[in-house]
Amino acid sequence: MMNIDSYTHVRGESVYLDDIPLVNGTLFASVFDSPVAHGKIKSLDIDAAMKMPGVVRIFTAADIPGENQIGGIIADEELLASTHVHFCGMPVALVVATSDEAAKAAVKKIKIEIDPLPVITDPREAKEKNELIIPPRTFQLGDTTAAWTQCDYIIEGSTATNGQEHLYIETQGAYAVPQENSAIRIYSSTQGPTQVQRTTARVLNIPMNFIEVDTTRLGGGFGGKEDQASAWGAMCALAAWHLKKPVKYSLHRMEDMRMTGKRHPYSSDFKIGLNKDYKIVAYEVTFFQNAGAAADLSPAVMERTLFHCTNSYFIPNVKATAYSCKTNLPPNTAFRGFGGPQGMFVIEAAIAEAAAALNVSPILIQQKNLLKTGDEFPYGQIAQSEANECWDKAVNLYDLQKLQQEVDAYNNNNKLSKKGLALMPICFGISFTKTLMNQARALVHVYTDGSVGVSTAGVEMGQGLNTKILQVAASIFSINPERIKVNTTNTYRVANTSPTAASASSDLNGKATEIACVAILQRLKEVAAEEFTADISSIEVKEDCVFVNGKQTDWSWNKLVQAAFVKRVSLSEHAHYAPPGIWFDTTKEKGHPFTYHVYGTAITTVTIDCLRGIYEVDSVKIVHDFGKSMNPIIDIGQCEGALVQGIGWMTMEEMLYDKEGKLKSNALSTYKVPDIYSVPKEITIHFLETEKENLAIFRSKAVGEPPLMYGIGAYFALFNAIKAFNPAANIPYDAPMTPEKVLMSLYPQTLKENK
Amino acid sequence: MIRFILNEKTIATELPPGMVMLDFIRYQQHLTGTKIGCREGDCGACTILVGELVNDEIHYQSMTSCLMPIGNAAGKHIVSIEGINFKDQLNPIQQAMADEGATQCGFCTPGFVMSLAGYCLSKGEFDQGTAIASIDGNICRCTGYKPIERAAGKMATILKERNGEDEIAFVTRKKILPDYFTGIKNRLLEMNTAARGRSVPDPAGLKARPHIMGGGTDLYVQHHETMSSADIHFVFDHPELNGIHKEGNKCILGSSVTVSDLKRSPIINDAFPGFQQVAKLISSTPIRNMATIAGNFINASPIGDFTIFFLALDAQLILTDGITTRELPLRKLYKGYKTLDKRPEEQIEKIWFETPGKDSYFHFEKVSKRTHLDIASVNTAIHLKLNGNTIEQASLSAGGVGPVPMYLQKTSDFLKGKEISDALIGDSVEIMKTEISPISDARGSKEYKTLLLAQLIKAHFMERRLLSS
Ligand SMILES: Cc1cc2nc3c(=O)[nH]c(=O)nc-3n(C[C@H](O)[C@H](O)[C@H](O)COP(=O)(O)OP(=O)(O)OC[C@H]3O[C@@H](n4cnc5c(N)ncnc54)[C@H](O)[C@@H]3O)c2cc1C
Ligand code: FES
Ligand code: FES
Repeated sequence: MMNIDSYTHVRGESVYLDDIPLVNGTLFASVFDSPVAHGKIKSLDIDAAMKMPGVVRIFTAADIPGENQIGGIIADEELLASTHVHFCGMPVALVVATSDEAAKAAVKKIKIEIDPLPVITDPREAKEKNELIIPPRTFQLGDTTAAWTQCDYIIEGSTATNGQEHLYIETQGAYAVPQENSAIRIYSSTQGPTQVQRTTARVLNIPMNFIEVDTTRLGGGFGGKEDQASAWGAMCALAAWHLKKPVKYSLHRMEDMRMTGKRHPYSSDFKIGLNKDYKIVAYEVTFFQNAGAAADLSPAVMERTLFHCTNSYFIPNVKATAYSCKTNLPPNTAFRGFGGPQGMFVIEAAIAEAAAALNVSPILIQQKNLLKTGDEFPYGQIAQSEANECWDKAVNLYDLQKLQQEVDAYNNNNKLSKKGLALMPICFGISFTKTLMNQARALVHVYTDGSVGVSTAGVEMGQGLNTKILQVAASIFSINPERIKVNTTNTYRVANTSPTAASASSDLNGKATEIACVAILQRLKEVAAEEFTADISSIEVKEDCVFVNGKQTDWSWNKLVQAAFVKRVSLSEHAHYAPPGIWFDTTKEKGHPFTYHVYGTAITTVTIDCLRGIYEVDSVKIVHDFGKSMNPIIDIGQCEGALVQGIGWMTMEEMLYDKEGKLKSNALSTYKVPDIYSVPKEITIHFLETEKENLAIFRSKAVGEPPLMYGIGAYFALFNAIKAFNPAANIPYDAPMTPEKVLMSLYPQTLKENK
Repeated sequence: MIRFILNEKTIATELPPGMVMLDFIRYQQHLTGTKIGCREGDCGACTILVGELVNDEIHYQSMTSCLMPIGNAAGKHIVSIEGINFKDQLNPIQQAMADEGATQCGFCTPGFVMSLAGYCLSKGEFDQGTAIASIDGNICRCTGYKPIERAAGKMATILKERNGEDEIAFVTRKKILPDYFTGIKNRLLEMNTAARGRSVPDPAGLKARPHIMGGGTDLYVQHHETMSSADIHFVFDHPELNGIHKEGNKCILGSSVTVSDLKRSPIINDAFPGFQQVAKLISSTPIRNMATIAGNFINASPIGDFTIFFLALDAQLILTDGITTRELPLRKLYKGYKTLDKRPEEQIEKIWFETPGKDSYFHFEKVSKRTHLDIASVNTAIHLKLNGNTIEQASLSAGGVGPVPMYLQKTSDFLKGKEISDALIGDSVEIMKTEISPISDARGSKEYKTLLLAQLIKAHFMERRLLSS
């Protein structure tokens, strides 16, 4: 089934935040943000701005009736800076005016004096100065100290991965409309409607039941609107609450880029030990996460880095430590993969470094150490592994040996153009690692005309969630999908939602929908059983009709529904789902945090133009563990989209802050995401259909995040291509591999002469 | 008063001509299918079609509405996505996008659909390559583009059937675009644009109106706020400033000639056999449809592609303030970072250069972080007059390596009279290093830019096998 939104999408009729028809009298907001990364506010002068045409009011921290606090995990982030600023782009004041242009023009007239304080942008420096968001955490398996003596080879090194701007094409925004009794409705472009509701309640000091957050869909989220959509919702609500007027704020791209956090940059150290059989015996790794100026979701992101520090490999002795380092950058946040990719990059770099030292192919080391069912993860969960299945399938299906020979032959025949190939296995755990977040609700109404409305806790942002929800309802009821409408996500209809994140939303909301539909169906069947004086077990609803003992009756779905209504049987159900069996004990750092894992393997081939240092990705050939996909079109779309986003992170997406903490890559002209020409010439995806039981909805495994990590293969393919040109190249493990880094690695000698 | 047709509707508006079409469409007309992703021409979410009469024939191009002043719409047909929808069915573009799964969050989708609609109205050849080229200005963050490539390919297949049939006749017959498109030409002819006469250069007007607007692709990125209400002198649509022609070896460009005009011009393609490849490296289809060469020169970016291109050709500018006219070599225009040997009221009227002869070799190189739709880290052009293996004359230019677009005088002089050899290239690179002063910025470190320029100079010589290794 194609995405149910396709029809309105291709006609430009889908409604996003900025498309909502405005209520008369709507005002427009714009933020004045800190021009300095760290300092004490000496004075804030809004007089000139107030005199600008159209300006209605300018809000500062002093206008906040409740708590000036938006920190979700830790209360360490102000909505509007009161005394200190902690990053460039930190909101200080909110201008509200009669037009968007007027608000923006007035922002320019605000003057601020700040006594500068020292600026930290480097996580290692933050760690040195003990600027940590939370105490460090360590995951341990076996005993690395003892294990080093069993190793024949020990290799150490350092890596860095840069951040990544989400670049959802729809920027952040919110629109708050006051209601009677000081209640507020907020339309928000958010992955976490409840988070917006909770934050606003706290800021305004009003109860959550007075705040209705409504989200139709997002023009992309990728994690960037999980926690960081709340500020804009709360700001609009603050202004609307004071002024009793609707207030809207749809951020300009540059405002969005400079004020919001991104994927966390990491700097890491590793030590890896192998025996003569290339088995990894021990692995120690230390992660320095660049959290930015406040916690945001950093502690949870850091935790997932630890969970995925060994990727798809079994290593008997592991010690992984992570520091969440506080710097003066915008608070970094969730981004597809949520710390996992950063952890996986390091183990892949360690393997590459070991392979180079041992003069073997990294593929050999990767293959020898793949996880098997029954192996223990460093956090104690026992693997139900598909790692070898995916790997072997990829190697055979795509004929790795031939691919490698082709690359070698090409490299022998070409002097100024080189190819590189790399394999990237992945293993990604599904569930929120914070166990309590793994719950969802769905509200299903069957109307008397036989139509069905479904509301869930999940937000549609292109991932096809609503389509899958609709499929669930259509399949349980066995009715024409056209009878079903999936409604907006609304905190008045479904309360206490977890954000749409962690790839888990189809599972959680799908299961909740399933439970609700099953309950209604059960009641309907009871009605039919009574009518046909048959046993309920003989009643079936199939393709809009009632069947008794496999025989079609003259009762249609509509008739059944009406009969139930006449009998005063409830046609609505609100269901709750919480996956069983997951837990995690942070005092021991052990548990069973994931409902299941997703596996896969990608083979990436690239070509470098060694004269210019530019490159192309020739192909990515994937075997991916989809479980039993309930919607192949959507799942392939997720897989391809995530892959390309991962390749972007590893190649051209270069986030640049200067030493003063100012974002240099602050527009689409300086921050480049993949365009149509830079994606792999060929992407092939093979579905590894696994029939095993799992906790996924209809056994269709989560697919939002895992494929992003195939993108790491592009880095190592480029790495190998550079080595083919210059075997002596000393390539730092420093992603992204921009054309600049490629050229510098190809010609390190020339470079020295230039200096 | 600006008059134009928006979709089916005739518009006559007194709004400031500097207002961008995007705001007009979304916030004045409340047509919300045209999306905002960046307001800088870099995402394509706001793509619209602009149809204009050229020799009484209607000619459609895609443009980014975020950078297009409504003043540049006078007498034209503006098409937003609402203008290509059929009542209760999808057109083949939309159907292909939906069938292929080419839309996820959907925010980029109207832009892609509009670019493909522009493709359906274009005159060129139809194959997978040209189909993809038509959407080279659209960014999608969700899909990874593969399904979009397939949808575009389907359109190329459909369009192959056109076989010389009139574009409008074909797309309406095939129900790709609605029937009302057939009547637009006559409506535009009727409208016959009294408004377009507005931009006849009148000397007083030039002095009074300090802002000269070409395609707007630099002005709106850099001065968005001021432009929307500024007093603007529009030169984009002036018929006398249009056109590319040749007088002997002299090629003359009107100042409102766009990159796309160059791309389509037989004169240019004749003079520069690799021109299509060069153009592909410069911005994107919708931007090329708006960006003028004169605007590129005056914007004075140290990295302007056409500035570098024409510096190597020793192009000459004809400047006028409406009263006096003078000729200035492009090489003399740049005095320092964004300071020009030009008075504010002076306008480029024409650009001319000598086309490279048979004994000449001309080549352009550009490297950026992302190969397409990106500003160069370094770009360079070379123009050599050769006698066998001997360089009789050399002109080498380079961008991104100094505060202004640079003509590398010393290196050029050095090459003159020499035999081409590896050693010569090596030596010239050393001289080049003494001429340039790159700085580290978002487009690369100064070390990188130096190394890159050295490599690109080698590339100049290797590209046509002037050099082997
Ligand atoms: C997304 C995007 C991508 C881009 N990519 C590239 C690229 O790859 N390479 C590149 O070189 N550039 C690129 N540019 C920059 C820009 O498109 C070019 O510089 C373009 O040629 C400018 O032309 P214009 O007509 O749009 O100029 P305008 O914006 O209209 O004007 C630019 C300047 O020139 C002046 N001006 C215009 N016409 C005249 C005239 N006749 N006489 C005197 N002054 C005049 C204006 O007053 C203004 O100061 C890009 C821009 C965008 C938005
Ligand atoms: S809004 Fe991005 S190109 Fe116009
Ligand atoms: S579908 Fe979301 S940006 Fe293209």
